[in-house]
Amino acid sequence: MAIQRDDILTSLRSDILRMEGLRAVSNPAVDLGLGPICHSFPGGSFPVGAIHEFLSTEAGHAASTDGFIAALLASLMGDKGTALWISASRSIFPPALREFGVQPDRVVFVDLNKEKDILWVMEEALKCSALTSVIGEMKEINFTESRRLQLAVEQSQVTGFLLRKNVGKLNTTACLSRWKITTLPSESIDGLPGIGFPRWKVELLRIRNGRSGMWHLKWVNDRFVPVIQVRDESVERKNVG
Amino acid sequence: MSRRFVSIWFHHLTTDWFSVRQPQLSLLPLVLKMASHGRMIITAANSKAEMEGVNRGMVLADARAVVPDLQILDDIPDLPQKLLTRLAEWCIRFSPLVAIDPPEGLMIDATGCSHLWGGDSHYLTDIERKLKQKGYGVRTAIADTPGVAWAVARYGKHPLVIAPNHHLEALLTLPPESLRLEEEVIDRLHKLGLHQIRQFIGMPRPTLRRRFGSHFMMRLSMALGEEFETIEPVSLPEPYQERLPCMEPIVTATGIEIALRQLLETLCHRLQQEQKGLRVAIFKCYRVDGKIESIEIGTHRPSNHAFHLYKLFEIKLSSIEPALGIELFVLEASKVEDYSPEQGKMWEGSGGLDDVRLSELVDRLGAKIGQEAIHRYVPDEHYWPERSLKPSPTLHEQPETSWPLDRQRPINLLRHPVRIEVTAPIPDYPPMLFRYKGKLHMILKADGPERIEQEWWLQEGQHRDYYRVEDEDGNRYWLFRSGHYDDKNFQWFLHGYFA
Repeated sequence: MAIQRDDILTSLRSDILRMEGLRAVSNPAVDLGLGPICHSFPGGSFPVGAIHEFLSTEAGHAASTDGFIAALLASLMGDKGTALWISASRSIFPPALREFGVQPDRVVFVDLNKEKDILWVMEEALKCSALTSVIGEMKEINFTESRRLQLAVEQSQVTGFLLRKNVGKLNTTACLSRWKITTLPSESIDGLPGIGFPRWKVELLRIRNGRSGMWHLKWVNDRFVPVIQVRDESVERKNVG
Repeated sequence: MSRRFVSIWFHHLTTDWFSVRQPQLSLLPLVLKMASHGRMIITAANSKAEMEGVNRGMVLADARAVVPDLQILDDIPDLPQKLLTRLAEWCIRFSPLVAIDPPEGLMIDATGCSHLWGGDSHYLTDIERKLKQKGYGVRTAIADTPGVAWAVARYGKHPLVIAPNHHLEALLTLPPESLRLEEEVIDRLHKLGLHQIRQFIGMPRPTLRRRFGSHFMMRLSMALGEEFETIEPVSLPEPYQERLPCMEPIVTATGIEIALRQLLETLCHRLQQEQKGLRVAIFKCYRVDGKIESIEIGTHRPSNHAFHLYKLFEIKLSSIEPALGIELFVLEASKVEDYSPEQGKMWEGSGGLDDVRLSELVDRLGAKIGQEAIHRYVPDEHYWPERSLKPSPTLHEQPETSWPLDRQRPINLLRHPVRIEVTAPIPDYPPMLFRYKGKLHMILKADGPERIEQEWWLQEGQHRDYYRVEDEDGNRYWLFRSGHYDDKNFQWFLHGYFA
């Protein structure tokens, strides 16, 4: 009886997701390697064919955000796929993408002078199903504009990343999720001096039909490795008190 | 009505061409040379050189001995063929059927043409005069058969106009060379004392065939008009252009759209049949007031897809100002390349860089925001960070080398390095702290230095010592010192951020 009820619930949940324009990843082999974060996603896998919003405030955090997205791109693009990176003042250095598993020559960069052109280019690009993902760097976007982008991807199943650097006032958008990536001090490898593997604090601030959360990840040899957090005693004490 | 043929003989084709390009040569004895069997052989001589006794086939050293001030130029092997093709295309003004007649002639089918010039002799005079103006000395003849025209142009005496049905008489006094025979046959004829055609033309045909072969008989009957000789006329390449004149001047946007759509349909249909695709197209609108409005599009991959091309034009269509109206639309494909539909099918769904949908997207973006905004990079073999990559003009260019992985590079690189203030304990040690935009960063971890030398053959300047450093907040930076520590004028810069 209990098993039957679980089945009904799962099928109902997937129906709801489909009605909301989210489709399950057609190829379950596309695993982005996000490990524990996957449990927070609707359906348990990273939602492709949706718009993800990333916030960053400082230049250092922006670099981490770029790195995190590049790591996701590597799995999304696979061996042959292509991506489009749209920005008004590009800071990304293409050769470094290689360190995150992306072939830099398969990324087409669009460098614009005006912010308002980015929206047009991004919408046009998101409609093109030959691309696997589109990354757009823009400061301001209102709800209607983000809704247009979301509608575009629902047809083409392209994954969109919206990078909002130094955003002034946070507004609601139609994006499926909102992330914030910040840098963490790296850990020395085997006690050797020097800088260790990149380490990030990944905050999933908001996700439709999922659970938000916070994780620590590091990027080791082309994959994410979750960092087991040492229990923060100060928080614990506060809760007890 | 009998057919008429004009033969044009360029007796100094290549030397004339050199003289046209360098006028001072026309007054001097000029020869062209080419290496053959270890010697320099003269392949062409102009009339001045011929007058001094220098002829084609002579060894250059002999000719130099005869004429000390001989002008010598290198011959270009396929020049005559190219020149004749160009001249044949130019001669289409005299008749629609012009064929090249190598090595140094043209053959024109002038049937029904010469009366427009007021008769055969005026026709020939005009051809000779116009070619003379272009710098080419020619001899021309007109006759009923190509064979006789050829013979008279080269060996005949005036008059060079052979009246209809008189070609046999014209042929009688000419030498056997004029029949376009093999050299061996000509030699045999001379040996037998047959120096003029009339000496053997009356002989029984079977005898002639037995002694001189079937090729000889073919040439003879061609000259006499008994055997039909076909000439292969040159054709001008038809430009990829479509025109649409309008009965009434068009002033509305819808009208322009319809015109463009129609022109694209017809042009793309033709391109598809010829398995071509266009790279650049221009849409011109001729206005009633004499002005021409035009818009241009370009594609990354040859395309004959009417809908896609229409989309590209549509972005720019609003810039056309119809004013009082447009009376003629012209669509021209100025750059056309081969495109095979099978390849297109293969690319269509690949999802890679050669996917048609991607190149169409890039075309559309380029039409709106300009091609210069779209970049794709391939690695370049330089260590200097700014030069380690180069923009690729196409979407499908494959990198010649692989992207380097051995040195870590920052994910974000500042366009210009920013000066910072740094405290470093001892020479060549990583810095302890640095100040950037008024904020002090304590450095806890560091890697380096990695020295990158200036490429002196490209640019002068100091080398750079790069350090990867991490501050107390966990942000990772790429710093460098330009110049040696013990130099007075070294400087520190921030160049990028690591993820």
